Amino acid sequence: MTSQLKEIAKEIRKHTLISIATAGSGHTGGSLGMADVFAVLYFHQMQHRPSNPTWENRDRLILSIGHITPVHYTTLALAGYFDIDELLSLRKLGSRLQGHPGRDHGLPGLELSAGSLGQGLSVAVGMALAAKHQNKKHHIYSIVGDGELQEGSIWEAAMSAAHYQLDNLTIVVDRNGVQIDGKTEDVMSLEPLNEKWKAFGWNVLECDGNNIDELINTFDIAKKHQGKPSVIIAKTLMGKGIAEIEGDYKWHGRAPSFDELNSWNIK
Amino acid sequence: MDKNNYINRGNISTKIGFGKGIKSAAEQNPRVIGLGSDITSSVGMSIFAEAFPKRFYSLGIAEQNAVGIAAGMALSGLIPVFSTYAVFAALRTLDQIRISLCYNNVNVVIGGAHAGISVGPDGATHQALEDIAVLRAIPNITIISACDATQTEIATKKAIANISGPVYIRFGREPMPDFSDTQQKFKIGKAQIMRPGTDIAIIATGNLVWESLEAAKKLSEKGIEAKVINMHTIKPLDEEAIIQAAKECGCIISAEEHQITGGLGSAVAEVIVKNHPIPMDFVGMPDTFGESGEAMELMHKYGMTSESIFNKSIKLIAKKS
Repeated sequence: MTSQLKEIAKEIRKHTLISIATAGSGHTGGSLGMADVFAVLYFHQMQHRPSNPTWENRDRLILSIGHITPVHYTTLALAGYFDIDELLSLRKLGSRLQGHPGRDHGLPGLELSAGSLGQGLSVAVGMALAAKHQNKKHHIYSIVGDGELQEGSIWEAAMSAAHYQLDNLTIVVDRNGVQIDGKTEDVMSLEPLNEKWKAFGWNVLECDGNNIDELINTFDIAKKHQGKPSVIIAKTLMGKGIAEIEGDYKWHGRAPSFDELNSWNIK
Repeated sequence: MDKNNYINRGNISTKIGFGKGIKSAAEQNPRVIGLGSDITSSVGMSIFAEAFPKRFYSLGIAEQNAVGIAAGMALSGLIPVFSTYAVFAALRTLDQIRISLCYNNVNVVIGGAHAGISVGPDGATHQALEDIAVLRAIPNITIISACDATQTEIATKKAIANISGPVYIRFGREPMPDFSDTQQKFKIGKAQIMRPGTDIAIIATGNLVWESLEAAKKLSEKGIEAKVINMHTIKPLDEEAIIQAAKECGCIISAEEHQITGGLGSAVAEVIVKNHPIPMDFVGMPDTFGESGEAMELMHKYGMTSESIFNKSIKLIAKKS
């Protein structure tokens, strides 16, 4: 299983890079850093049916950091939601693959149009609360950026999820430690992050977000936890998989050229 | 129709209409859910919450999150109704309304309570006078501002029953004349002609519909017959009714308890300029913040009364070619 998921993550990285390079713009660093999380979610953890994207009992993934949507698109394509060739239409006029996710363009598998930071988590909380209200058993996942935690509305959402004991909600904080202006701790410090989430009433887990085994194990613990929503603080490396750009925040919003891409060895 | 035969059955706050409307819609449809931000009874929501306590969720003083939660619930097949004061419901949550609600085009009703200057003594911070202008620029949203409590109840019930995308319903706190027909035909997006006339058209929304009818009565005594239109839906706007009024009357005055900038008057002007340019004037808040005072004191001070509509009408008619 682990080696299979590692291969999938590598495929996700490869096609994500090609799609961003073809688009000529897009968020490379964060997309690569989250490839392992996406591989584990869509090819191991989540209950979903690519042939029936609106299956009522599917687990939902709400991507709150809309700007890493290229890695989500690639994962959906590899999972079978649509043809992989369509990834080359990313950010083009008339494409279903909008620069930030837009459901109105009809791409199967997208749960939410999002991209304004701080909003997606509230929607995920709404879905988890709705599932409880309707007595449904599916699980809600959401991915938020660490820089995104600077948005106040994230903490409103955090408070409400704990208040309603939404143990059907698991979120991943992409803790790559960097944002556009530099290190998160220089731009606006987030630490102590673990204690913050604990104080807000969450079940807090930490793991290496680029380690498949740790991710599998941590998601499993999170899903089984009762009475509280779970947050996985996943330490990731921006640009993971490409030695030339790993950890470099300048790759947050930069697209590679094909020359660069051809010179890289994707791991 | 008898031109001047509107009778005030007694002053009622439109928020009562909103609360009854939700309750009534909820009785028909179990998917209707209420969301509150601490001021549940103050916005009329308690009428629903007391009847359906298991379908009401308290979300605290966190409006941005409430709108996001509403979006998530709607995407899960529920029909959430969220209400708080209009200053917060429409303005503090604007980005959430734009992206989570409108861009996703989800079935959510937002109730903008305590709208307008008539909220009175609370002062400028709590007087929502920009909500129509701001929301009207966003695609996919429906904006309703009914003329009295009876119509607010009917409009709320219909908006929920026929929901297809986000809806904003604006209503006030101060008890105002309740006069619209209890058996009225009400269609979202279809203006109501309250009174025929060909000398001037008064296009009003919210409680200024009553003031417009009062002004029309006084104009009639001077031999001027005003057509009064209740524009209870600001978006989608009944352009046909506006163009017809422009052609029939040759001048139009708009009346709203809202900033003149960007409100109903601006929406009407956009239609007129494009289709049938004629003289226009505007009754509304003159690009200033409000202040503390009793409701009617403020309405008088800032010129949102029948007197103001009457005076501006006389001047406007003189400009007709």
